[in-house]
Amino acid sequence: MTIAAGTSIKIKKTSQPGHIRTPYYIRGKTGVIERSLGEFKNPEQLAYSLPSSLYELYRVRFKMSELWDRDIENPNDTVEAEVFAHWIEEYNNAT
Amino acid sequence: MNERKPGQSWHDMGGSSFGEVPKENHDFAIWEKRVDALLVLSSAKGHFTVDGLRRALEDMGESAFENMTYYERWISAINQNLIEAGVYTIQELGDKMVEVKQRGQTYGSAQGSEV
Amino acid sequence: MPHDGHDHLSSSGHPFRKDNDTPLTYWQLMEISVRELMITKGEFSANEINKQIEIMDARTPANGSALVARAWTDPNFKKRLLKNGAEAARELGFDIGPMHLIAVENTEYIHNLIVCTLCSCYPRNLLGFPPDWYKTKEYRSRAVKEPRSVLEEFGLDLPAEINLRVHDSTADMRYIVLPMKPKWTHEMNEDDLARLVSRDSMIGTSIIDSNP
Repeated sequence: MTIAAGTSIKIKKTSQPGHIRTPYYIRGKTGVIERSLGEFKNPEQLAYSLPSSLYELYRVRFKMSELWDRDIENPNDTVEAEVFAHWIEEYNNAT
Repeated sequence: MNERKPGQSWHDMGGSSFGEVPKENHDFAIWEKRVDALLVLSSAKGHFTVDGLRRALEDMGESAFENMTYYERWISAINQNLIEAGVYTIQELGDKMVEVKQRGQTYGSAQGSEV
Repeated sequence: MPHDGHDHLSSSGHPFRKDNDTPLTYWQLMEISVRELMITKGEFSANEINKQIEIMDARTPANGSALVARAWTDPNFKKRLLKNGAEAARELGFDIGPMHLIAVENTEYIHNLIVCTLCSCYPRNLLGFPPDWYKTKEYRSRAVKEPRSVLEEFGLDLPAEINLRVHDSTADMRYIVLPMKPKWTHEMNEDDLARLVSRDSMIGTSIIDSNP
């Protein structure tokens, strides 16, 4: 089931080794789904030439004030990153 | 401040602060363009993907990033992936490197004459 | 860079460039050896390597500038570009392979900046090779934390009222910034407009000058 654009979500905060494409600075942070990008294979598997299922990939928007504790240039500036569904911890499909 | 949190890989650089962005640009040497082409063709053959390239680059560690140029790291990582894929053996590579080195001491003179 | 496009086309594989005279390094030795092994094993030919080099050499920022200039002059194309950048690029005849491309638009209120913090992902199948600075730890680390300070180093002072959106190319998407068309260009044709669009303006570290 695809998460709708505009939904507020939280990124998992884990630190397993391997080829991870979820940058550390967004882990555990809350952001908003900007859009769904469709399904793609998991780079964590592909990096070892292992087979991979398809996972939904999303663009997620974070406010600078959410990402950083101090020396924030402009709190409403944003960072958008592509995040796989299995790194999204929780979300609320509020109507 | 370049502290990484525990469990944060060296290559995961977002949020560190490494100083003023160097603006120098270099023209690509032919050998670098060949490394790039090697990546495109090898992955197109299905031996590995760009994810494997990145993984090998990451496993090379931070000192490789500091001490090797971009395409030096790439040829090392491409070779790693091709070895893992079984396209050639380490022995075959070693023998070939000896053969190539005997041709000459410059990049140009070390080229073979294959068509 | 003086590159006449034929250096690497000789049938013997011998280019006639100054870098041929440099002492053979260990990694160059590996490059020659891996390439020759792959050719010997029938993985590909020397010609295919040369062809791929040609393909990459033909990919330059001018390709992106053409997209931008078309978007500036054709509002329907602009809509298509913003909806699906890859399809729009193919529509203009560019062979970008399987690359996924997202175009993000600068407006009076929004400025966009592209980075790959984890490595150096870049829309190379359209724009060609990225600049060296894009691949540095300095750029990769600071673009998501203090982008305005980074932009100042590139000579771009963003007013506080403008929202800065940084895009971290972490997975399969690649990005191109659609810069704002300056008002003083209203007389210009598409080719002349394209000439105004720099590579850096499509990454987000510069804008098209507001004054000619």
